[in-house]
Amino acid sequence: MTPSFDVVTLDRVSRHFGRRRALSAVTLTARGGEIIGLLGPNGAGKSTLIGVLATLVAPTSGEVLYGGQSARRLGPALRRQIGLLAHELHLYPELSARENLAFFAGLHGLDARPAVDAAIEHAGLADRAGDPVSSFSRGMRQRLALERALLHQPELVLLDEPFTGLDDESVGLVRDRLRVLAASGCVVFVATHDLDLADGLVGRVALIRSGKLISDEPAGSGLRRRYRALIGHG
Amino acid sequence: MDKQLEVTSNFFVVALLVLRKDVAIEVKSLEIISTTLFFAVSSVLVFAFALVREGSVVADAAAGILWIAIAFAGTLALGRTFERERYADTLRALLLAPAPRAAIYVGKLLGMVLLITGAELLLVPLVALLFSAPFFARPLFLAGLLVTGTIGFAAVGTLFAAMLVRSRTRDIMLPILLYPITVPVIIAGVRGTAALLADKPDDAAALMWMAVLSMFDVVFITLSLWTFEPLMTE
Repeated sequence: MTPSFDVVTLDRVSRHFGRRRALSAVTLTARGGEIIGLLGPNGAGKSTLIGVLATLVAPTSGEVLYGGQSARRLGPALRRQIGLLAHELHLYPELSARENLAFFAGLHGLDARPAVDAAIEHAGLADRAGDPVSSFSRGMRQRLALERALLHQPELVLLDEPFTGLDDESVGLVRDRLRVLAASGCVVFVATHDLDLADGLVGRVALIRSGKLISDEPAGSGLRRRYRALIGHG
Repeated sequence: MDKQLEVTSNFFVVALLVLRKDVAIEVKSLEIISTTLFFAVSSVLVFAFALVREGSVVADAAAGILWIAIAFAGTLALGRTFERERYADTLRALLLAPAPRAAIYVGKLLGMVLLITGAELLLVPLVALLFSAPFFARPLFLAGLLVTGTIGFAAVGTLFAAMLVRSRTRDIMLPILLYPITVPVIIAGVRGTAALLADKPDDAAALMWMAVLSMFDVVFITLSLWTFEPLMTE
């Protein structure tokens, strides 16, 4: 069964950790070609939402539908179509950039050599490909982690604070990369609390506060003003 | 049928990739094997100073000391192995592989069995030497007991160490959970080994304990494969 991500739907998704409600009845639909910004202050529930979409966090109630089907029905094949860049970078510091990418390419059943070469090129790490990741700067690790997440050409791209540690030039490259992904039909979620970086990149914004979706609207102009009005600061 | 074959083949490919990755990291760092061996040898030496008086040893002490050293060294190795996956939250990236999540468990289990077996290769001759134990009188029986006992111990330990990877109290909780459940494995290992060390080795008793250990292995691995995915999904 080949999963389709023409549309990803969160249907009244809640997630509670003990008495803490990380997500409360979030309903949201994302279509192929969209870049959706998940905006909100620290602890709003953005990372939990990313975890739920990635199938790593099970909803307490509600469900996520990928092309109209649940994760349980689609099984492990679903994860072939999901690319996740989390706050932690999911890289082994002892291994080189090439070894890290080759390992994750293998997990996704890819022909490692061409996929890894392309990823190293995209990350701009061709001259450091054989060096251990522990010797990289935060920005280099971030670029490598992004390529690791995109290695298998996923249809659903989930990025949690993807611009952390990047210089201006790298931020520009990542933004361009995300636009290309969206143009190719991917569904892209970007969780961030940095409004300046989200502005001009995301086509829609989902504002989250205390686990609740308080606004889902086109990004448009005046993002900071609307954010202040709804969230209270920023 | 082809689909089932693909899933099964993918399962073992992912398990072997995880094993190969763990071996590659260990070959580069030698961190876990060196600390595990140092700890195992130190504990055996402490027992030797405490229990050997003028060349005479407490009867049956060697079997108990061998298995206690294996359990201590194994617990240390389990903690360190999963600490690596915790460092950059790489366990979550493994769980995103498009294969049944139990494949990750099998890969980590194989790595643990390999590590503990490495420690045993040093511990068996050391205990034999310090406690004048005729371990090599029945090498195949001893190997059978060690293999089945190691698999049982590592099967439970790998599951618990994976479960506790995000817990702040993992260093305390791992032995608290692990030792009560693996007591039957340790007892069977000690009794089987003691049967081989008797003045007149009791092969039938050793075989019986080996069968008991094999039964534990089947039960522990089956339960772990069954529970790994739900336990690892937050």
